[in-house]
Amino acid sequence: MHTRRNTILTIISAALLVGLLYWLHFNRTGNGMLISILQKSAILALVAVSMNLLNGFTGLFSLGQAGFMSIGAYVTAILLIPVSSLEGVYYMSGVHPSIRVFKVFLGSLPPWFQSLYPFFALILGASIAAIIAAIVGVAVLRLKSDYLAIATLGLSEIIRAIFSSPQLDGVTNGSYGLNKIPGFPKMFGGLVPSLVTPFVISAICIMLIVMLIRSSYGRAFLAIREDEIAAEAMGISLFKHKSVSFIISSFFSALAGGLLAMYMRSIEAKTFSIALTYDILLIVVIGGIGSVTGSVLASFLVTASKEWWLRFFDQPLDLFGWQVPLFKTGFRMVIFSILLMVVVLIYRRGLMGTNEFSWDRILGRFKRRKNAKGGA
Amino acid sequence: MKRIVVFVLIALLACQFLFAGGKAESAGGEKEIVIGVFEPQTGENGGGGFQEVLGIRYANKVYPTVTVGGETYKVRLVEADNKSDKTEAVTAAQSLISSGASVIIGSYGSGVSIAAGDIFLDNQVPAIGASCTNPQVTFGNDYYFRVCFLDPFQGTVMANYAWQEGAKKAAVITQLGDDYSSGLGNFFKRAFLQLGGNVVSEQQFQTNTTDFKSILTNIKAANPDVIFAPSSIATAPLIIKQARELGITAKIMAGDTWENSSIIENAGASAEGVVLSTFFDDADPATEEAAKFITGFKSYLVENKQPDIIPAVSALGYDAYLVALEAIKAANSTKGPAIRDALVDVSVEGVTGKIVFDENGDADKDLAFIKVIKDGQFKFLKTVSVL
Amino acid sequence: MSITTFLQHCLTGISLGGAYGLIAIGYTLVYGILRLINFAHGDIFMMAGYFMIFALASFPWPIAIVITLVITTVMGVVIERLAYKPLRSSPRMSIMISAIGVSYLLQNLATYLFTAIPRGYPEIPLLKRIFRIGELSASLVTLMTPVLTIILVALLILLVNKTKTGMAMRAASKDFETAKLMGININRVITVTFAIGSLLAGIGSILYFTDRMSVTPFSGTLPGLKCFVAAVFGGIGNIPGAVIGGFFIGIVETLLVALGYSTFSDAFTFLLLIVMLLVKPTGLFGEKTVEKV
Repeated sequence: MHTRRNTILTIISAALLVGLLYWLHFNRTGNGMLISILQKSAILALVAVSMNLLNGFTGLFSLGQAGFMSIGAYVTAILLIPVSSLEGVYYMSGVHPSIRVFKVFLGSLPPWFQSLYPFFALILGASIAAIIAAIVGVAVLRLKSDYLAIATLGLSEIIRAIFSSPQLDGVTNGSYGLNKIPGFPKMFGGLVPSLVTPFVISAICIMLIVMLIRSSYGRAFLAIREDEIAAEAMGISLFKHKSVSFIISSFFSALAGGLLAMYMRSIEAKTFSIALTYDILLIVVIGGIGSVTGSVLASFLVTASKEWWLRFFDQPLDLFGWQVPLFKTGFRMVIFSILLMVVVLIYRRGLMGTNEFSWDRILGRFKRRKNAKGGA
Repeated sequence: MKRIVVFVLIALLACQFLFAGGKAESAGGEKEIVIGVFEPQTGENGGGGFQEVLGIRYANKVYPTVTVGGETYKVRLVEADNKSDKTEAVTAAQSLISSGASVIIGSYGSGVSIAAGDIFLDNQVPAIGASCTNPQVTFGNDYYFRVCFLDPFQGTVMANYAWQEGAKKAAVITQLGDDYSSGLGNFFKRAFLQLGGNVVSEQQFQTNTTDFKSILTNIKAANPDVIFAPSSIATAPLIIKQARELGITAKIMAGDTWENSSIIENAGASAEGVVLSTFFDDADPATEEAAKFITGFKSYLVENKQPDIIPAVSALGYDAYLVALEAIKAANSTKGPAIRDALVDVSVEGVTGKIVFDENGDADKDLAFIKVIKDGQFKFLKTVSVL
Repeated sequence: MSITTFLQHCLTGISLGGAYGLIAIGYTLVYGILRLINFAHGDIFMMAGYFMIFALASFPWPIAIVITLVITTVMGVVIERLAYKPLRSSPRMSIMISAIGVSYLLQNLATYLFTAIPRGYPEIPLLKRIFRIGELSASLVTLMTPVLTIILVALLILLVNKTKTGMAMRAASKDFETAKLMGININRVITVTFAIGSLLAGIGSILYFTDRMSVTPFSGTLPGLKCFVAAVFGGIGNIPGAVIGGFFIGIVETLLVALGYSTFSDAFTFLLLIVMLLVKPTGLFGEKTVEKV
């Protein structure tokens, strides 16, 4: 009975969001901060959801997100850096000739290809990550919970070491990192301006993940999370399903990594350290392990408060001539760690628990409150 | 419980607006112009970044106002911590743009400056780097300027110095994944080879390494005359002390980052004899501005509970601020593009010498100060210029 | 590579390995009983470094060492009480996230309190006296670390095998539930475990930082992870195994750097972990455990 109302509400809020984004597109000046926070949140939301697919829905505690993101980011960046900038980017050791030849060849292709090229780069990066995940998964997925966590964490460190090694200077530019990466491309021949692109890609990917979770695969993932042995007894192939979850999660993490490269315009191996994985874990935990909407909401809330709203914690603060003693550089991050601990220890379910966002719940809350008031 | 969380978040938001609003109004109707300070205050380069910030804050204290169009504008500094991290750098840069900064100063560490460069360019806000020495910072970016010399120059200076001191064999230690360290090390190597010297050992270490004994043991075996080890101040005392502990007597040399009293403090007697190149010498003020700065800044350092040795990066931060003010005055505007155009022709007698920008936006500096650590202090050794 | 250079490398490696071994014990003990990777252990080690800096600023070194060790031990126990005990019956993932959270908190707290600028570790002149044997040179602490490690491990094994507390610890690690049923005060056992682990991390910290001379808020992360790998390598729950794992990783890492592969020195540790888990998941000396349903 409420479904129609809910659909309408969803459409209205989606339209409002799209409207906001287009408004931002036409009013870019002065809103740079808001735009960049929203873009970063959208990218992190995708990583958080893909991490949640593994950790929350399949029960595989993986800490390898940063490594897969770096694969996506590097592949995308290498493919997208314009040929004319190669000299400047690889200023120290020069670019590997085969990359230059490949890029010159791509540059000679017809224009319809050029407009699709950035997406091709993103998908190629993600696919490479997925292939690596498939190979590594054979070995790693045999491990149990905490061993898996530390093995994937190690994997991510290994990938990082390879990217920053001087032996690969001609490809990854080793210690110097890559820059001059073009920003977000336009989509659908300019219908979607470049500013909105990350949101569209992120939304499409998250929807794909949600579809996967709702499919028979998703049911199998949940069964594995709840009880591996029971799931196996029911005829669910543990290895197959764990692999699928791992590969898909890695695919989307890498895609988000590619988006991050476009967002940051310059990357280096250091960006993708353990700390990045921890930041994403923080988002997943605060949003609720096992809730897609929770992860999305949390990534916007956490990013916005970390980068923007709570920045004042790091500035010395004078309150009516009284210097507040706690406020100095680093305080913001302490607040965040305490918040994480509070969620872990007390509000164990996070923002959403394992529930998804629903209008019924929100409206129900308002109603309840109204009733309570009326009664008093 | 969710209600509580939401409530707290809303309360925090409200606080933010309250404080932000409070600050803007405290100017009391006076017009103000914002200069963004884009520096790391935490993370790997937090130490050096903070010293640069101190220089900028002091400059702001000395010159708190600027005249634009006949009106006096109060200069407000807005600081954003880029945490020595490229990801954070993007949002930190955006936050400065959003706060309405007309000019941006920073950053310590070239990597973050490169990362943020495109944002400043896109938003047409000129940036003035104080101590980022990597060529990539200003290359191909019309809105990035800098007041210090570049790594190729610095590497050449140190190679020349080593060669003049009679060194024939050099060892180079660089940090993996760090463009400053790897870049400078490479430029040194090129210059030294060109002079006819021999690089007998090239060693690399990972970020966060604390144990340098194994690479130093290799260097000891190669028996070089000098060791060139450009790196962050975090690693400097470790390299110095562990080298001396292993009985390495070769002269240790490095770049500008090492001119930091924390190195002497941490490395103690082992630091004696370490040679480095830098931008500034407080024993020999180059300009009138410098003489004034040295006395004033020393007491400012004491006020801020810092050792009263003036770090070169503080002087550069001060200079960057002076250049920014001068450009605003010359442009007679608070708008980014106008200030950028003014920066091209600006000429300032700074603390570290005269500053004029070339077509890349780099300060035309052909002079480096070589200093040596002696009796627990940085002692001026000589100036070296390369043509 | 000449023989002197090689020996010098070995000396460095053994000394590093000794410190790793002491930290690895903390992981192995906690994992043995709680089945928890105590991600915060590396950060306890880092905090011990800061405690020592402040203690030594106002006390002579023997007292400073005692103070540091006491504070570190107390901190380890308090962390267990606050962050792990409330989650004892929760899924393993929550308690592991809690451990990561504590690690995150300690790092950020250290950055906030002590800033990210590296702090010089004060010198204890006695420990830093330099010995030269022919071409080799090393400070006393370098030579002392492996010896002290072995002595401490011998004492710990004695404690575990001969005392009543040790017996309770062994019982708890064999079977948590049954040990409880047998009337063992499990909370006390866990407290003792964390106390011993933190104490050894404190000692390891003094040895490690005296040799390496500077502390930053992130000094603990990598050694922490490496020591966990050492514990897995030696067979988790096995004390001598952890120490041998520590020595092995310390030596191989040093040699890798010495051969010019410093890029891969950290990656090697994790590769070792993955290979070990696949080939022999119980580690070198681990006992075979049967996963119960």
